[in-house]
Amino acid sequence: MKCQHCEKPATFHITELTEPKGPSILHLCEEHARVFLAGEGSATPASALTSILEKQLKMDKVADELAASDKKTCPVCGLTFADFRKGGRLGCAYDYIAFEEDIEPLLINIHGAIKHAGKIPTNLSGSPERQQRLMQLKNEMKDSVAREDYETAGKLRDKIQAIEMGDDAAWSDPETSDEDEEDLGDDNFQSQPSPEA
Amino acid sequence: MRGNGPESDIVMSSRIRLARNLADFPFIRKCTAKDRTAIALEVHRALDSLPLSADTEYVDVAKLGDLDRQFLMERQLISHELNESQGARAVILDPNECFSIMVNEEDHLRIQVIQSGLDLEAAWQRMDQLDNQLESKLTYSFTKRLGYLTACPTNVGTGLRVSVMLHLPALVATKQIDKVFRALNKINVAVRGLFGEGSQFMGDFYQISNQTTLGKNETALVAKVREVVPRLIEYERKAREFLVSENHQDLHDNVSRALGILCTAKKISSEETMHYLSKVRMGVNLGLIDNVKIPTVNKLFIHTQPAHLQKLCGRKLSVTDRNIERAIYLQQHLVKRPDSESN
Repeated sequence: MKCQHCEKPATFHITELTEPKGPSILHLCEEHARVFLAGEGSATPASALTSILEKQLKMDKVADELAASDKKTCPVCGLTFADFRKGGRLGCAYDYIAFEEDIEPLLINIHGAIKHAGKIPTNLSGSPERQQRLMQLKNEMKDSVAREDYETAGKLRDKIQAIEMGDDAAWSDPETSDEDEEDLGDDNFQSQPSPEA
Repeated sequence: MRGNGPESDIVMSSRIRLARNLADFPFIRKCTAKDRTAIALEVHRALDSLPLSADTEYVDVAKLGDLDRQFLMERQLISHELNESQGARAVILDPNECFSIMVNEEDHLRIQVIQSGLDLEAAWQRMDQLDNQLESKLTYSFTKRLGYLTACPTNVGTGLRVSVMLHLPALVATKQIDKVFRALNKINVAVRGLFGEGSQFMGDFYQISNQTTLGKNETALVAKVREVVPRLIEYERKAREFLVSENHQDLHDNVSRALGILCTAKKISSEETMHYLSKVRMGVNLGLIDNVKIPTVNKLFIHTQPAHLQKLCGRKLSVTDRNIERAIYLQQHLVKRPDSESN
Protein backbone atom coordinates (compact mmCIF):
# COMPACT_ATOMS: atom_id res chain seq x y z
CA MET A 1 0.00 0.00 0.00
CA LYS A 2 1.25 3.48 -0.93
CA CYS A 3 1.35 6.52 1.34
CA GLN A 4 -1.65 8.83 0.94
CA HIS A 5 0.67 11.76 0.27
CA CYS A 6 3.46 10.29 -1.85
CA GLU A 7 4.67 7.22 -3.76
CA LYS A 8 6.52 5.61 -0.85
CA PRO A 9 5.13 2.47 0.81
CA ALA A 10 2.82 3.18 3.74
CA THR A 11 4.44 1.73 6.84
CA PHE A 12 2.20 3.58 9.35
CA HIS A 13 -1.48 2.94 9.61
CA ILE A 14 -2.92 5.49 12.01
CA THR A 15 -6.47 5.33 13.29
CA GLU A 16 -7.54 8.85 14.16
CA LEU A 17 -10.22 8.70 16.88
CA THR A 18 -10.66 12.44 17.40
CA GLU A 19 -12.31 13.22 14.05
CA PRO A 20 -15.86 14.55 14.47
CA LYS A 21 -17.18 12.21 11.79
CA GLY A 22 -15.94 9.16 13.63
CA PRO A 23 -12.67 7.24 13.38
CA SER A 24 -10.69 7.67 10.19
CA ILE A 25 -7.71 5.66 9.07
CA LEU A 26 -4.54 7.18 7.61
CA HIS A 27 -1.97 5.26 5.62
CA LEU A 28 1.37 7.07 5.66
CA CYS A 29 5.02 6.59 4.89
CA GLU A 30 7.50 7.13 7.72
CA GLU A 31 8.29 10.68 6.64
CA HIS A 32 4.65 11.81 6.37
CA ALA A 33 3.78 10.02 9.58
CA ARG A 34 6.41 12.11 11.36
CA VAL A 35 4.95 15.33 9.89
CA PHE A 36 1.42 14.29 10.79
CA LEU A 37 2.32 13.34 14.35
CA ALA A 38 4.42 16.47 14.89
CA GLY A 39 1.39 18.63 13.96
CA GLU A 40 -1.02 16.66 16.12
CA GLY A 41 1.11 16.46 19.19
CA SER A 42 -0.21 19.48 21.12
CA ALA A 43 -2.38 18.70 24.15
CA THR A 44 -5.05 16.81 22.20
CA PRO A 45 -6.33 13.40 23.27
CA ALA A 46 -4.20 12.06 20.46
CA SER A 47 -1.01 13.05 22.24
CA ALA A 48 -0.79 9.70 24.03
CA LEU A 49 -0.97 7.96 20.71
CA THR A 50 1.65 10.33 19.38
CA SER A 51 4.19 9.39 21.96
CA ILE A 52 3.56 5.72 21.36
CA LEU A 53 4.15 6.12 17.67
CA GLU A 54 7.18 8.30 18.24
CA LYS A 55 8.58 5.39 20.19
CA GLN A 56 7.67 3.08 17.38
CA LEU A 57 9.60 5.30 14.97
CA LYS A 58 12.62 5.02 17.22
CA MET A 59 12.13 1.28 17.42
CA ASP A 60 12.11 1.19 13.68
CA LYS A 61 15.56 2.70 13.84
CA VAL A 62 16.65 -0.23 15.99
CA ALA A 63 15.10 -2.56 13.45
CA ASP A 64 17.05 -0.74 10.74
CA GLU A 65 20.25 -1.27 12.65
CA LEU A 66 19.39 -4.93 13.09
CA ALA A 67 18.70 -5.23 9.39
CA ALA A 68 22.09 -3.63 8.70
CA SER A 69 23.80 -6.16 11.00
CA ASP A 70 21.96 -8.98 9.28
CA LYS A 71 23.39 -7.94 5.93
CA LYS A 72 27.01 -8.07 7.12
CA THR A 73 28.85 -10.84 5.33
CA CYS A 74 32.05 -12.61 6.33
CA PRO A 75 34.65 -12.07 3.57
CA VAL A 76 36.16 -15.49 4.25
CA CYS A 77 33.23 -17.92 4.41
CA GLY A 78 30.39 -15.82 2.99
CA LEU A 79 28.10 -16.32 5.99
CA THR A 80 25.76 -13.41 6.68
CA PHE A 81 24.93 -12.36 10.22
CA ALA A 82 21.30 -13.25 9.45
CA ASP A 83 22.43 -16.82 8.64
CA PHE A 84 24.13 -16.96 12.02
CA ARG A 85 21.08 -15.60 13.83
CA LYS A 86 18.93 -18.24 12.17
CA GLY A 87 21.18 -21.26 12.71
CA GLY A 88 23.10 -20.26 15.84
CA ARG A 89 26.36 -21.57 14.37
CA LEU A 90 29.17 -19.58 12.83
CA GLY A 91 30.67 -20.44 9.45
CA CYS A 92 34.38 -19.93 10.14
CA ALA A 93 36.81 -18.57 12.71
CA TYR A 94 37.02 -15.23 10.90
CA ASP A 95 33.33 -14.60 11.69
CA TYR A 96 34.43 -13.62 15.18
CA ILE A 97 36.33 -10.72 13.57
CA ALA A 98 33.88 -9.96 10.76
CA PHE A 99 30.90 -9.73 13.17
CA GLU A 100 32.86 -8.48 16.17
CA GLU A 101 30.51 -5.60 17.07
CA ASP A 102 27.48 -7.88 17.04
CA ILE A 103 29.07 -10.87 18.71
CA GLU A 104 30.59 -8.94 21.60
CA PRO A 105 27.26 -8.06 23.28
CA LEU A 106 26.26 -11.68 22.78
CA LEU A 107 29.38 -12.91 24.58
CA ILE A 108 28.72 -10.54 27.49
CA ASN A 109 25.21 -11.94 27.67
CA ILE A 110 26.30 -15.57 27.61
CA HIS A 111 29.58 -15.50 29.53
CA GLY A 112 29.63 -12.17 31.35
CA ALA A 113 33.09 -11.75 29.84
CA ILE A 114 34.82 -10.94 26.57
CA LYS A 115 38.40 -11.98 27.31
CA HIS A 116 39.88 -15.47 27.31
CA ALA A 117 41.62 -16.43 30.54
CA GLY A 118 42.45 -20.07 29.92
CA LYS A 119 44.98 -22.21 28.10
CA ILE A 120 47.15 -20.79 25.34
CA PRO A 121 48.42 -23.26 22.75
CA THR A 122 52.14 -23.34 22.04
CA ASN A 123 51.33 -23.20 18.34
CA LEU A 124 49.72 -19.79 17.79
CA SER A 125 49.62 -19.91 14.02
CA GLY A 126 45.91 -20.78 14.03
CA SER A 127 44.85 -17.16 14.28
CA PRO A 128 41.95 -16.30 11.95
CA GLU A 129 43.66 -13.00 11.00
CA ARG A 130 46.64 -15.03 9.83
CA GLN A 131 44.37 -17.37 7.88
CA GLN A 132 42.53 -14.44 6.34
CA ARG A 133 45.81 -12.69 5.41
CA LEU A 134 47.11 -15.89 3.82
CA MET A 135 43.92 -16.30 1.83
CA GLN A 136 44.07 -12.66 0.70
CA LEU A 137 47.73 -12.94 -0.38
CA LYS A 138 47.06 -16.17 -2.24
CA ASN A 139 44.17 -14.56 -4.12
CA GLU A 140 46.33 -11.52 -4.95
CA MET A 141 49.08 -13.82 -6.20
CA LYS A 142 46.61 -15.67 -8.41
CA ASP A 143 45.42 -12.35 -9.85
CA SER A 144 49.01 -11.22 -10.49
CA VAL A 145 49.77 -14.45 -12.32
CA ALA A 146 46.61 -14.01 -14.38
CA ARG A 147 47.78 -10.46 -15.29
CA GLU A 148 51.22 -11.93 -16.10
CA ASP A 149 52.67 -9.56 -13.46
CA TYR A 150 55.26 -12.08 -12.31
CA GLU A 151 57.30 -9.60 -10.31
CA THR A 152 54.41 -8.85 -7.96
CA ALA A 153 53.47 -12.52 -7.88
CA GLY A 154 57.01 -13.38 -6.80
CA LYS A 155 56.91 -10.82 -3.97
CA LEU A 156 53.54 -12.13 -2.83
CA ARG A 157 54.86 -15.70 -2.88
CA ASP A 158 57.76 -14.65 -0.65
CA LYS A 159 55.32 -13.02 1.79
CA ILE A 160 53.15 -16.15 1.85
CA GLN A 161 56.18 -18.31 2.47
CA ALA A 162 57.34 -16.02 5.29
CA ILE A 163 53.96 -16.35 7.00
CA GLU A 164 53.87 -20.09 6.47
CA MET A 165 57.38 -20.39 7.90
CA GLY A 166 56.12 -18.75 11.09
CA ASP A 167 57.03 -15.09 10.63
CA ASP A 168 54.23 -13.55 12.72
CA ALA A 169 55.26 -9.97 11.87
CA ALA A 170 54.36 -10.69 8.24
CA TRP A 171 50.66 -10.93 9.04
CA SER A 172 49.91 -9.40 12.43
CA ASP A 173 48.69 -5.85 12.57
CA PRO A 174 50.28 -3.99 15.52
CA GLU A 175 47.12 -1.89 15.97
CA THR A 176 45.02 -4.91 16.82
CA SER A 177 47.44 -6.26 19.40
CA ASP A 178 45.80 -8.17 22.18
CA GLU A 179 48.10 -7.08 24.92
CA ASP A 180 46.44 -3.87 26.08
CA GLU A 181 42.86 -5.13 25.95
CA GLU A 182 40.81 -4.29 28.96
CA ASP A 183 40.08 -7.35 31.03
CA LEU A 184 36.37 -7.67 31.59
CA GLY A 185 36.54 -11.32 32.42
CA ASP A 186 36.58 -10.85 36.17
CA ASP A 187 33.99 -12.02 38.61
CA ASN A 188 32.87 -8.48 39.28
CA PHE A 189 31.42 -8.46 35.79
CA GLN A 190 28.86 -11.05 36.69
CA SER A 191 25.62 -9.94 38.16
CA GLN A 192 24.89 -13.37 39.59
CA PRO A 193 25.06 -13.94 43.34
CA SER A 194 27.81 -16.12 44.67
CA PRO A 195 27.01 -19.77 45.41
CA GLU A 196 27.18 -19.02 49.13
CA ALA A 197 24.37 -16.48 48.89
CA MET B 1 29.43 -46.11 35.03
CA ARG B 2 31.41 -48.86 36.68
CA GLY B 3 30.01 -48.00 40.09
CA ASN B 4 33.28 -47.18 41.78
CA GLY B 5 35.15 -43.97 42.50
CA PRO B 6 34.45 -41.35 45.18
CA GLU B 7 30.80 -40.81 46.23
CA SER B 8 29.71 -43.39 43.66
CA ASP B 9 26.38 -44.07 45.40
CA ILE B 10 25.25 -40.66 44.12
CA VAL B 11 27.85 -39.52 41.59
CA MET B 12 27.83 -41.79 38.55
CA SER B 13 30.54 -40.16 36.47
CA SER B 14 32.65 -37.05 35.93
CA ARG B 15 33.07 -35.85 32.39
CA ILE B 16 35.10 -33.14 30.72
CA ARG B 17 34.96 -32.16 27.09
CA LEU B 18 36.87 -29.69 24.95
CA ALA B 19 35.73 -28.16 21.66
CA ARG B 20 38.51 -27.52 19.14
CA ASN B 21 38.60 -26.46 15.49
CA LEU B 22 41.36 -26.79 12.92
CA ALA B 23 42.58 -23.42 11.68
CA ASP B 24 42.78 -24.41 8.02
CA PHE B 25 39.12 -25.28 7.56
CA PRO B 26 35.82 -23.44 7.89
CA PHE B 27 33.50 -24.47 10.73
CA ILE B 28 31.27 -27.47 10.07
CA ARG B 29 28.24 -25.63 8.62
CA LYS B 30 30.44 -24.19 5.85
CA CYS B 31 32.46 -27.37 5.26
CA THR B 32 32.22 -29.08 1.89
CA ALA B 33 32.22 -32.88 1.72
CA LYS B 34 35.89 -32.59 0.73
CA ASP B 35 36.67 -30.43 3.79
CA ARG B 36 35.03 -32.97 6.11
CA THR B 37 37.05 -35.81 4.63
CA ALA B 38 40.26 -33.75 4.85
CA ILE B 39 39.58 -32.88 8.52
CA ALA B 40 38.97 -36.54 9.39
CA LEU B 41 42.17 -37.50 7.59
CA GLU B 42 44.24 -34.83 9.34
CA VAL B 43 42.97 -35.88 12.77
CA HIS B 44 43.52 -39.55 11.96
CA ARG B 45 47.13 -38.83 10.93
CA ALA B 46 47.76 -36.75 14.05
CA LEU B 47 46.48 -39.56 16.26
CA ASP B 48 48.60 -42.15 14.52
CA SER B 49 51.70 -40.14 15.37
CA LEU B 50 50.83 -39.89 19.08
CA PRO B 51 52.04 -42.34 21.72
CA LEU B 52 48.51 -43.53 22.53
CA SER B 53 47.58 -47.08 23.41
CA ALA B 54 47.92 -49.45 20.47
CA ASP B 55 44.29 -50.45 20.97
CA THR B 56 42.99 -46.93 20.42
CA GLU B 57 40.45 -47.32 17.69
CA TYR B 58 39.53 -44.92 14.90
CA VAL B 59 35.91 -45.58 13.98
CA ASP B 60 34.47 -44.24 10.73
CA VAL B 61 30.97 -43.35 11.94
CA ALA B 62 29.69 -42.71 8.40
CA LYS B 63 30.29 -46.37 7.61
CA LEU B 64 28.50 -47.71 10.70
CA GLY B 65 24.97 -49.05 10.58
CA ASP B 66 22.12 -47.52 12.59
CA LEU B 67 22.44 -50.09 15.36
CA ASP B 68 26.17 -49.57 15.89
CA ARG B 69 25.75 -45.81 15.96
CA GLN B 70 22.95 -46.05 18.49
CA PHE B 71 25.06 -48.44 20.53
CA LEU B 72 27.87 -45.87 20.76
CA MET B 73 25.34 -43.21 21.65
CA GLU B 74 23.91 -45.29 24.47
CA ARG B 75 27.41 -45.63 25.86
CA GLN B 76 27.73 -41.82 25.59
CA LEU B 77 30.77 -42.21 23.35
CA ILE B 78 29.13 -40.29 20.53
CA SER B 79 26.49 -37.58 20.64
CA HIS B 80 23.02 -37.46 19.15
CA GLU B 81 24.34 -34.87 16.66
CA LEU B 82 27.18 -37.13 15.45
CA ASN B 83 24.77 -40.06 15.22
CA GLU B 84 22.24 -38.14 13.11
CA SER B 85 24.46 -35.96 10.90
CA GLN B 86 25.60 -36.77 7.37
CA GLY B 87 29.02 -36.86 5.72
CA ALA B 88 32.50 -37.84 6.86
CA ARG B 89 32.63 -38.14 10.65
CA ALA B 90 34.46 -40.32 13.11
CA VAL B 91 35.03 -41.21 16.71
CA ILE B 92 38.30 -42.23 18.28
CA LEU B 93 37.84 -44.67 21.13
CA ASP B 94 40.13 -45.48 23.98
CA PRO B 95 40.03 -49.24 24.75
CA ASN B 96 39.01 -48.53 28.36
CA GLU B 97 36.46 -45.93 27.28
CA CYS B 98 38.33 -43.32 29.35
CA PHE B 99 38.26 -40.90 26.46
CA SER B 100 36.66 -40.45 23.09
CA ILE B 101 37.23 -37.90 20.36
CA MET B 102 34.42 -37.03 18.01
CA VAL B 103 35.45 -35.66 14.63
CA ASN B 104 33.13 -33.39 12.59
CA GLU B 105 30.46 -32.98 15.24
CA GLU B 106 29.37 -29.38 15.96
CA ASP B 107 33.08 -28.53 16.06
CA HIS B 108 35.89 -30.29 14.20
CA LEU B 109 36.97 -32.00 17.41
CA ARG B 110 35.06 -32.79 20.56
CA ILE B 111 37.42 -34.45 23.01
CA GLN B 112 35.88 -36.05 26.08
CA VAL B 113 37.32 -37.73 29.14
CA ILE B 114 35.11 -39.75 31.48
CA GLN B 115 35.93 -40.92 35.01
CA SER B 116 33.82 -43.11 37.24
CA GLY B 117 32.53 -41.36 40.38
CA LEU B 118 33.46 -37.84 41.41
CA ASP B 119 36.94 -37.15 40.13
CA LEU B 120 36.95 -33.99 38.06
CA GLU B 121 40.53 -33.05 38.88
CA ALA B 122 41.83 -36.36 37.54
CA ALA B 123 39.58 -36.01 34.49
CA TRP B 124 40.93 -32.52 33.80
CA GLN B 125 44.55 -33.61 34.19
CA ARG B 126 44.05 -36.42 31.73
CA MET B 127 42.25 -34.08 29.35
CA ASP B 128 44.92 -31.37 29.59
CA GLN B 129 47.57 -33.94 28.72
CA LEU B 130 45.59 -35.35 25.78
CA ASP B 131 44.86 -31.83 24.51
CA ASN B 132 48.56 -30.90 24.68
CA GLN B 133 49.47 -34.04 22.77
CA LEU B 134 46.92 -33.29 20.03
CA GLU B 135 47.91 -29.64 19.94
CA SER B 136 51.49 -30.60 19.14
CA LYS B 137 50.24 -32.17 15.91
CA LEU B 138 47.30 -29.96 14.93
CA THR B 139 46.86 -26.21 14.45
CA TYR B 140 43.78 -24.97 16.25
CA SER B 141 41.77 -21.83 15.61
CA PHE B 142 42.76 -19.52 18.44
CA THR B 143 43.09 -15.84 19.30
CA LYS B 144 44.65 -14.46 22.47
CA ARG B 145 41.57 -12.35 23.05
CA LEU B 146 38.80 -14.93 22.59
CA GLY B 147 40.73 -18.16 23.10
CA TYR B 148 39.72 -21.28 21.21
CA LEU B 149 37.20 -20.35 18.53
CA THR B 150 34.12 -22.54 18.29
CA ALA B 151 31.16 -22.87 15.92
CA CYS B 152 28.80 -21.70 18.64
CA PRO B 153 29.73 -18.65 20.74
CA THR B 154 28.45 -20.49 23.84
CA ASN B 155 31.63 -22.62 23.79
CA VAL B 156 34.21 -19.99 22.85
CA GLY B 157 37.24 -19.36 25.08
CA THR B 158 38.21 -22.54 26.85
CA GLY B 159 35.82 -24.74 24.85
CA LEU B 160 35.41 -26.56 28.14
CA ARG B 161 32.33 -28.32 29.44
CA VAL B 162 32.68 -29.89 32.87
CA SER B 163 29.86 -32.18 33.89
CA VAL B 164 28.96 -34.50 36.70
CA MET B 165 26.24 -37.12 36.40
CA LEU B 166 24.25 -37.56 39.60
CA HIS B 167 21.62 -40.04 40.70
CA LEU B 168 19.09 -38.02 42.71
CA PRO B 169 16.05 -40.26 43.34
CA ALA B 170 15.30 -38.97 46.85
CA LEU B 171 15.31 -35.32 45.77
CA VAL B 172 12.86 -36.32 43.05
CA ALA B 173 10.71 -38.37 45.46
CA THR B 174 10.56 -35.54 48.00
CA LYS B 175 9.75 -33.05 45.20
CA GLN B 176 12.72 -30.83 46.05
CA ILE B 177 14.49 -31.25 42.74
CA ASP B 178 13.00 -28.15 41.08
CA LYS B 179 14.12 -25.99 43.97
CA VAL B 180 17.65 -27.34 43.60
CA PHE B 181 17.63 -26.64 39.85
CA ARG B 182 16.50 -23.07 40.32
CA ALA B 183 19.32 -22.50 42.81
CA LEU B 184 21.87 -23.99 40.40
CA ASN B 185 20.68 -21.92 37.46
CA LYS B 186 21.18 -18.78 39.51
CA ILE B 187 24.87 -19.56 39.83
CA ASN B 188 25.30 -20.40 36.11
CA VAL B 189 25.32 -24.15 36.55
CA ALA B 190 23.16 -25.97 34.01
CA VAL B 191 21.12 -29.11 34.69
CA ARG B 192 20.14 -31.70 32.10
CA GLY B 193 18.62 -35.15 32.06
CA LEU B 194 20.61 -38.33 31.44
CA PHE B 195 20.66 -38.11 27.69
CA GLY B 196 21.56 -34.47 27.46
CA GLU B 197 19.70 -31.72 25.71
CA GLY B 198 16.04 -31.91 25.00
CA SER B 199 15.32 -35.39 26.26
CA GLN B 200 13.16 -36.27 29.24
CA PHE B 201 14.87 -36.96 32.52
CA MET B 202 15.10 -40.72 32.83
CA GLY B 203 15.88 -42.80 35.86
CA ASP B 204 16.43 -39.75 38.11
CA PHE B 205 19.84 -39.09 36.54
CA TYR B 206 20.87 -35.49 36.20
CA GLN B 207 23.91 -33.92 34.68
CA ILE B 208 25.17 -30.64 36.05
CA SER B 209 27.63 -28.56 34.06
CA ASN B 210 29.13 -25.10 33.65
CA GLN B 211 27.21 -22.64 31.49
CA THR B 212 30.04 -20.25 30.70
CA THR B 213 33.33 -21.04 28.95
CA LEU B 214 34.91 -17.59 28.53
CA GLY B 215 36.57 -15.30 31.09
CA LYS B 216 37.73 -17.95 33.55
CA ASN B 217 40.50 -20.49 33.22
CA GLU B 218 39.94 -24.24 33.03
CA THR B 219 40.83 -24.94 36.65
CA ALA B 220 38.38 -22.28 37.84
CA LEU B 221 35.61 -23.71 35.66
CA VAL B 222 36.29 -27.21 36.97
CA ALA B 223 36.26 -25.87 40.54
CA LYS B 224 32.97 -24.07 39.96
CA VAL B 225 31.16 -27.29 39.06
CA ARG B 226 33.15 -29.27 41.63
CA GLU B 227 32.14 -27.02 44.49
CA VAL B 228 28.39 -27.43 44.03
CA VAL B 229 28.57 -31.23 43.96
CA PRO B 230 29.15 -31.80 47.71
CA ARG B 231 26.08 -29.71 48.47
CA LEU B 232 23.95 -31.71 46.05
CA ILE B 233 25.27 -34.92 47.59
CA GLU B 234 24.41 -33.59 51.03
CA TYR B 235 20.86 -32.59 49.94
CA GLU B 236 20.30 -36.00 48.34
CA ARG B 237 21.57 -37.80 51.47
CA LYS B 238 19.34 -35.68 53.69
CA ALA B 239 16.35 -36.45 51.47
CA ARG B 240 17.21 -40.17 51.66
CA GLU B 241 17.51 -39.98 55.45
CA PHE B 242 14.16 -38.21 55.58
CA LEU B 243 12.52 -40.91 53.47
CA VAL B 244 14.03 -43.62 55.68
CA SER B 245 13.05 -42.01 58.98
CA GLU B 246 9.59 -40.70 58.03
CA ASN B 247 8.27 -43.45 55.78
CA HIS B 248 10.58 -46.39 56.30
CA GLN B 249 7.91 -48.95 55.51
CA ASP B 250 6.55 -47.08 52.50
CA LEU B 251 10.06 -46.70 51.12
CA HIS B 252 10.92 -50.33 51.73
CA ASP B 253 7.66 -51.35 50.08
CA ASN B 254 8.27 -49.01 47.16
CA VAL B 255 11.78 -50.23 46.31
CA SER B 256 10.83 -53.88 46.87
CA ARG B 257 7.88 -53.57 44.50
CA ALA B 258 10.18 -51.98 41.93
CA LEU B 259 12.51 -54.98 42.20
CA GLY B 260 9.48 -57.28 42.05
CA ILE B 261 8.31 -55.79 38.76
CA LEU B 262 11.79 -55.99 37.23
CA CYS B 263 12.10 -59.63 38.33
CA THR B 264 8.70 -60.80 37.15
CA ALA B 265 7.59 -58.68 34.19
CA LYS B 266 7.27 -60.50 30.88
CA LYS B 267 7.39 -57.36 28.73
CA ILE B 268 8.99 -54.10 29.78
CA SER B 269 9.93 -50.85 28.00
CA SER B 270 13.28 -49.13 28.53
CA GLU B 271 11.59 -46.13 30.20
CA GLU B 272 9.85 -48.36 32.70
CA THR B 273 13.07 -50.27 33.29
CA MET B 274 14.96 -47.04 34.01
CA HIS B 275 12.22 -45.90 36.36
CA TYR B 276 12.30 -49.07 38.48
CA LEU B 277 16.07 -49.58 38.28
CA SER B 278 16.45 -46.12 39.75
CA LYS B 279 14.32 -47.11 42.76
CA VAL B 280 16.23 -50.37 43.13
CA ARG B 281 19.53 -48.50 43.01
CA MET B 282 18.42 -46.26 45.86
CA GLY B 283 17.12 -49.32 47.77
CA VAL B 284 20.48 -51.06 47.46
CA ASN B 285 22.38 -47.93 48.54
CA LEU B 286 20.12 -47.61 51.61
CA GLY B 287 20.52 -51.25 52.58
CA LEU B 288 16.85 -52.04 51.91
CA ILE B 289 17.68 -54.51 49.14
CA ASP B 290 20.55 -56.81 49.93
CA ASN B 291 20.71 -59.42 47.18
CA VAL B 292 21.58 -57.05 44.35
CA LYS B 293 24.89 -55.25 43.86
CA ILE B 294 25.33 -51.67 42.61
CA PRO B 295 27.63 -52.63 39.70
CA THR B 296 24.89 -55.01 38.50
CA VAL B 297 22.30 -52.22 38.61
CA ASN B 298 24.64 -49.81 36.81
CA LYS B 299 25.30 -52.40 34.14
CA LEU B 300 21.56 -53.02 33.68
CA PHE B 301 20.93 -49.31 33.09
CA ILE B 302 23.21 -49.52 30.06
CA HIS B 303 22.54 -53.03 28.81
CA THR B 304 18.75 -52.73 28.76
CA GLN B 305 18.83 -49.83 26.31
CA PRO B 306 17.57 -50.73 22.81
CA ALA B 307 20.83 -50.99 20.85
CA HIS B 308 22.68 -52.79 23.66
CA LEU B 309 19.89 -55.32 23.99
CA GLN B 310 19.93 -56.02 20.25
CA LYS B 311 23.72 -56.36 20.33
CA LEU B 312 23.42 -58.82 23.21
CA CYS B 313 20.82 -60.83 21.32
CA GLY B 314 22.91 -60.65 18.17
CA ARG B 315 20.05 -59.52 15.94
CA LYS B 316 17.67 -56.67 15.14
CA LEU B 317 14.51 -56.73 17.25
CA SER B 318 11.13 -55.02 16.95
CA VAL B 319 9.96 -52.89 19.88
CA THR B 320 7.72 -55.72 21.15
CA ASP B 321 10.50 -58.29 20.89
CA ARG B 322 12.86 -55.91 22.66
CA ASN B 323 10.41 -55.52 25.53
CA ILE B 324 10.23 -59.32 25.87
CA GLU B 325 14.02 -59.78 25.63
CA ARG B 326 14.55 -56.96 28.13
CA ALA B 327 12.31 -58.68 30.67
CA ILE B 328 14.22 -61.95 30.21
CA TYR B 329 17.56 -60.18 30.55
CA LEU B 330 16.48 -58.41 33.74
CA GLN B 331 15.31 -61.66 35.31
CA GLN B 332 18.58 -63.37 34.46
CA HIS B 333 20.48 -60.69 36.35
CA LEU B 334 18.17 -59.82 39.21
CA VAL B 335 16.41 -63.00 40.28
CA LYS B 336 18.23 -64.86 43.04
CA ARG B 337 20.20 -67.83 41.77
CA PRO B 338 18.99 -71.17 43.20
CA ASP B 339 22.38 -71.73 44.89
CA SER B 340 22.19 -68.43 46.79
CA GLU B 341 18.69 -69.05 48.10
CA SER B 342 18.28 -70.19 51.66
CA ASN B 343 15.63 -72.76 52.65
